[in-house]
Amino acid sequence: MSGNHPGLSNNFSRSGEKFSWSKDNLRSIKNIISKYPKGREQSAVMPLLYLAQEQNNNWISIECIETIAETLNMPKIRVTEVASFYSMYNTRPVGENLVQICRTSPCWLRGSNKITKTICKETKCEINDTSDDNKFTVVEVECLGACSNGPMIQINNDFFEDLDEESTKKIINNIKEGKPNVIGSQKGRRSSENA
Amino acid sequence: MLLALKKVGEVQKMLNEKDKVFQNLHGFQEPFIEGALKRGSWSNTKEILSKDQNDIIELVKSSQLRGRGGAGFSTGLKWSFMPKNTGKQHYLVVNADESEPGTCKDREIIRNDPHTLVEGCLIASYAIQATKCYIYIRGEYHHEYVQLEKAIEEAYEHGFIGKNACGSGFDFDLYVHRGAGAYICGEETALLESLEGKKGQPRLKPPFPAGVGLYGMPTTINNVESIAVVPTILRRGPDWFKSIGAENNTGTKIFCISGNVNKPCTIEEEMGIPLKELVEKHCDGVEGGWDNLKAIVPGGSSTPMLPKNICESVLMNFDDLKANGSGLGTAGVIVVNKNNDIAEVIERFAHFYKHESCGQCTPCREGTGWMHRMMQRLVRGEISPEQIELLENVTKQVEGHTICALGDAAAWPIQGLIKNFKSELISKYNKKLKAS
Repeated sequence: MSGNHPGLSNNFSRSGEKFSWSKDNLRSIKNIISKYPKGREQSAVMPLLYLAQEQNNNWISIECIETIAETLNMPKIRVTEVASFYSMYNTRPVGENLVQICRTSPCWLRGSNKITKTICKETKCEINDTSDDNKFTVVEVECLGACSNGPMIQINNDFFEDLDEESTKKIINNIKEGKPNVIGSQKGRRSSENA
Repeated sequence: MLLALKKVGEVQKMLNEKDKVFQNLHGFQEPFIEGALKRGSWSNTKEILSKDQNDIIELVKSSQLRGRGGAGFSTGLKWSFMPKNTGKQHYLVVNADESEPGTCKDREIIRNDPHTLVEGCLIASYAIQATKCYIYIRGEYHHEYVQLEKAIEEAYEHGFIGKNACGSGFDFDLYVHRGAGAYICGEETALLESLEGKKGQPRLKPPFPAGVGLYGMPTTINNVESIAVVPTILRRGPDWFKSIGAENNTGTKIFCISGNVNKPCTIEEEMGIPLKELVEKHCDGVEGGWDNLKAIVPGGSSTPMLPKNICESVLMNFDDLKANGSGLGTAGVIVVNKNNDIAEVIERFAHFYKHESCGQCTPCREGTGWMHRMMQRLVRGEISPEQIELLENVTKQVEGHTICALGDAAAWPIQGLIKNFKSELISKYNKKLKAS
């Protein structure tokens, strides 16, 4: 099924705390719902899942689902279905940095295996694990759509492209040390031009 | 003036810089309104919108523009299927859920030249009488989503879209909807389901979206590239577009080259550029030289691979690739050299399709898993010649027996592998047999 990452299981769990929308998000929700026709508020379920995930430390708890269902006047099972179908909704807690490594053929042909090894070593995580200090969760994912810049990884919202072992190590270490990273190509390309 | 179109198969010259539709494909210029105006976007949109809607459809039809999302259907013809003056809300939905392995072209349009897309949405929507348009962008493209939202905001501020768009009297609203990591939502009816807030599972056709689409209303779904080239076609005329490429395979095309080449890149070229030229000229050749080439997947993971002897002369357009047993697809060119196991390339595709099957149709849900397990064994040299035949047979039972084309897409790469490299797969088995 086009569901979650192999390791981010489809078993939802409770966080134990009530989830209620922040003031900012309440305003955003109004805006989001206005993008869709009257009576079609269900269309807002995906953007609301994103909002909830952002507010809830990057994962969707059962409490998030209950609140979304209430906001959109939808049965809880319909929200659950959507949250479990799409791989970008994390159905269990993840570390501060969700490291997604592209494993599909175009990246693999350019050495994604080495990148995976380097990341596992540097973060002290196996695939699908979260590091002890909760800094990293490492997963392997299918094609992320930056094939001319492979091998590549995504950390939270950012793409890191044209990687080799050296640059991968540096990215992870910068995160550990709280230093900023250059996003995009690590070989100085502007985008995907011949260079 | 009668235009002498080149026939498919005639070798063509390199694309002229001034004939490129996407002047800022690689982002060296300002991507937003300032740069877009300099590049000619929005220059005479009002004039274009003063044309009759049917005339615009006819112009696009006569340019012979074929959809850039994979199927290669005539864009103008697709628009003409939309019912006229129904009194219902019509929709244009733009498919920016670019997820086919090997494909990264729409990403460059969206982040580096977003106004070509925004303007295209306006013009296409006007032609099909849609006052609302949704762009469905894949969730992982967060940066691209931010760029696109900014461009849309600019277009509203300048009065290019919104009420009385460009002063044409046409009211038009444009929204962006983010996907969340499901390849299947690139299938047009799954995309509509997703947009309606459901699991992205494809719908049975008929009814077709032109009749019953988004929220049950008449809807046209087009790829980003198809929409983004429309303003330029209308500005420079269908004859200009037709002067590039060959008959029924006209215009420019963005190719994404990945895998074992010295310099992988994304490049706009003439439709029908020879595959070898694309690899040699734009990517500095195959890693280890042309003779080290094993095979090329020409149009994204779903298209069957081409062995080296066909790669020597095949042209990168719809008809020539089809004639050679493959397809242009999304023009995501994946090059594989002899240093890699070609079977593992396909095993990884099989894993991809297993992961992305929506689970709705049994042949696909069960078949993709089974085919992947067989491919894993094949990589290890553990399946016999009879079992290879069985695998091929099963791919043919999945193909054509599902609601959408994901089943086909999962079957074709394996068929391509067995067709071209069967003896190699058998000797892999024999070698393993001997070793044990």
